[in-house]
Amino acid sequence: MSVRRLAPKELQPASFAFSDENLDWAKNEIAKYPPGRQASAAIAILWRVQEQNEGWVSEAAIRTVADLLEMPYIRMLEIATFYTMFQLQPVGRKAHVQVCGTTPCRLRGAADLIEVCQSRIHHDPFHLSKDGDFSWEEVECLGACVNAPMVLIWKDTYEDLTKESFGRVLDGFAAGEPPRPGPQNGRQFSAPITGPTTLKEAT
Amino acid sequence: MTKLIIDGKEIDVPAEYTLLQACEAAGAEIPRFCYHERLSIAGNCRMCLVEVKGGPKPVASCAWGVRDCRPGPKGEPPEISTRSPMVKKAREGVMEFLLINHPLDCPICDQGGECDLQDQAMGYGVDTSRFAENKRAVEDKYLGALVKTSMNRCIQCTRCVRFSAEICGAPEMGATGRGEDMEITTYLEHALTSELQGNLVDICPVGALTSKPYAFAARPWELGKTQSVDVMDGVGSAIRVDSRGREVMRILPRLNEAVNEEWISDKTRHVVDGLRTQRLDRPYIRANGKLRAATWQEAFAAIAAKAGRIDGKRIGAIAGDLAAVEEMFALKELLAKCGSANLAVQGADAFDAKAGRASYIFNPTIAGIDQADALLIIGSNPRVEAAVLNARIRKRWRTGQLNIGVIGARADLTYDYDYLGAGADSLGELAGGKGAFADVLRSAKHPIVLVGSSVAGRHDGAAALALAAKLALDLGAVKDGWNGFAVLQDTASRVGALDIGFAPGVGGLTAAQMMTFGTLDVLFLLGADEIKVPDDTFVVYIGTHGDRGAHRADVILPGAAYTEKSGIYVNTEGRVQIAGRAAFPPGEAREDWAIIRALSETLGKKLPYDSLGALRAAIFKVVPHLMRVDQIEAGNPADLKTLAGKGGSVEKGPFRSTVEDFYLTNPIARASAVMAECSRLASGRLLTAAE
Repeated sequence: MSVRRLAPKELQPASFAFSDENLDWAKNEIAKYPPGRQASAAIAILWRVQEQNEGWVSEAAIRTVADLLEMPYIRMLEIATFYTMFQLQPVGRKAHVQVCGTTPCRLRGAADLIEVCQSRIHHDPFHLSKDGDFSWEEVECLGACVNAPMVLIWKDTYEDLTKESFGRVLDGFAAGEPPRPGPQNGRQFSAPITGPTTLKEAT
Repeated sequence: MTKLIIDGKEIDVPAEYTLLQACEAAGAEIPRFCYHERLSIAGNCRMCLVEVKGGPKPVASCAWGVRDCRPGPKGEPPEISTRSPMVKKAREGVMEFLLINHPLDCPICDQGGECDLQDQAMGYGVDTSRFAENKRAVEDKYLGALVKTSMNRCIQCTRCVRFSAEICGAPEMGATGRGEDMEITTYLEHALTSELQGNLVDICPVGALTSKPYAFAARPWELGKTQSVDVMDGVGSAIRVDSRGREVMRILPRLNEAVNEEWISDKTRHVVDGLRTQRLDRPYIRANGKLRAATWQEAFAAIAAKAGRIDGKRIGAIAGDLAAVEEMFALKELLAKCGSANLAVQGADAFDAKAGRASYIFNPTIAGIDQADALLIIGSNPRVEAAVLNARIRKRWRTGQLNIGVIGARADLTYDYDYLGAGADSLGELAGGKGAFADVLRSAKHPIVLVGSSVAGRHDGAAALALAAKLALDLGAVKDGWNGFAVLQDTASRVGALDIGFAPGVGGLTAAQMMTFGTLDVLFLLGADEIKVPDDTFVVYIGTHGDRGAHRADVILPGAAYTEKSGIYVNTEGRVQIAGRAAFPPGEAREDWAIIRALSETLGKKLPYDSLGALRAAIFKVVPHLMRVDQIEAGNPADLKTLAGKGGSVEKGPFRSTVEDFYLTNPIARASAVMAECSRLASGRLLTAAE
């Protein structure tokens, strides 16, 4: 972790407006909590805002959500900077790659995936590739250790990766045809790659 | 009540106590950083660890309730140890962690010598650190003109965050990021807007937030400390004036639960540089339209030449916002000897000194706000007129037991209120018992009707005041054991002046009449600057600063500011307090009462007191309650009936607060560069808000 700051001024859009659909959704979310406790919906709404805002949270977006929830701006900024799932810088248009770098993935070759990211996207995390289509970061455990190593792109995980298969995943995103999420080595979910090893006989 | 055994001693404490409070009740000292009695509990510094017998690890006593403790196996009271080896080791461990990222810059830190971390590291820490890596570095933040930051020193106790949200009511500070990278900041480093922000410096246990105007000015151990009271508003906050040599270096709050708890407003604290600049340090006489320096004898002779020959009725005196009782009393006696009853204190024309104290003081007392369950604010903005008192209202409001209604200008008071209208017609309606808020007041046990001094400042002030008193009586704010009629005086001198009768006597002129062309030949201004004197009046200005009054003066007699004299002040609730002398007046300036005494001799009307003691004895003879320092002589509720009975017609116009700019209300504040900067920042905010 390092200090998380908002993106520099020149990258910040002047304003943010909820889409009609998202505003309805947000109001629905607020209604889940008792009156006066609308701030409880902050994380859910900010998450939806991040989806609408091309994968990152702008300063204007933070203010808009704070206004909606009648919270002081600083409280919303605290939330946005506390949770690393909120991206404070613009991310790749086509894919923001979150590489799991925790022990099991690391042992199974996450370092290779990071190398791929460094060579194909940008040497440093949180930077856009030259065409602006990709960005990457290393994250903590994404919870698919049995399918290590793995990456998370938007809402889908791509598992059991190698340098080559990860390259193909990125190719797919670049071409606008993302591959099927899940294991990329042909196995089903987290079942053994050699086929079933237990419960083979029905009694 | 619950029994506990603390360090082997059995003690009975209320069940709602925290362990920390219980340990303190048992006489044990518990170190702490994040815990503060007046803030919510955070429990994040871990310095207050104690051992609860039977538990596997020490617990944070600030966040552990007495009723959370389990009794022993045979039903013995829970046993707590604050001195066991486990506690000692735990404290050493916490201290070592806190110091990991804390820079070793005590020699250049303004907090040095009065730093909680320094003291507690000496008391509970170990001598070395095992941390060999680099320390964390944090960028300093801009927080406005009053609070300087040095964020490397921050130990993230979050006291400032809680203070600004809970006490100030301006939730501007926050902690961004997390873990080691957590940083205390405001939203995009906007300047703080609260008028209580100076207290952040006191509340910070380390040197992360220090006073910007006082930066690198002095060390705490080289300062002389004088207990005094504040005169910037009518609250009379308890302060400590720290001085070095002849110079006042800073002003800090003192604890006074009945008045200011432990807060003071920014004006109280940071007006210090105004005590040094623009000072009148020698007498002046106007000759050929220009002021020239003179000796005291020349100045007195000039006054005698003018005032000695005329009829006493053509002489008048107006006292300003900062005048102490002593000089007003002396001036009153001098004018009486001249045969004049033309006396007035600024902004008090509507108050009748003879109508009894109840008609012009804050009857329910400031501490009484803590019991109030309904509050009607008429024509006042307590946030700027009495910022500390406003914090008290907010504190009560936060308990959820106070309903607030406002008649007057709409303003951000840091709490929610029902807005009932802008002016006298709304007041009349409510007095007639109309509207939902009338029922709120009627059904309340301890209602307060707070009347701003701006109501009395109107042309029809007396009638408006009578109407407010009638409302208070009709809606049950005055009853047995509770007088809820509260006048919020915005200046320190007014109650004292009314108490000693520094008000128009029989046939005397009011301030407004004295300001009319042709009524007076000689006018004494005792630090009165918010006065427009007609052209042909001969003005004698006794004051401290070259402010508006001095510009108009024909003779200037340099006086002493409130830190330079011992003076009696009576605050808005009628509490008699004595301001102490911390320094001496500059140059040839003298204490104001002594000036008047000396002048009286030149005028051939010698006043009979030669010392402050003798003057005070004379005051106490006439107004005995001023003798009882720090006490309140309660007003007689029956006086309110007389006041309410006066009636009169009230004009329709809206009520406005008398305080237009919180930072620039008196001559000392207007001379202060710090206050000017604060005012500039605040007006900038108003402009952006208006856009």
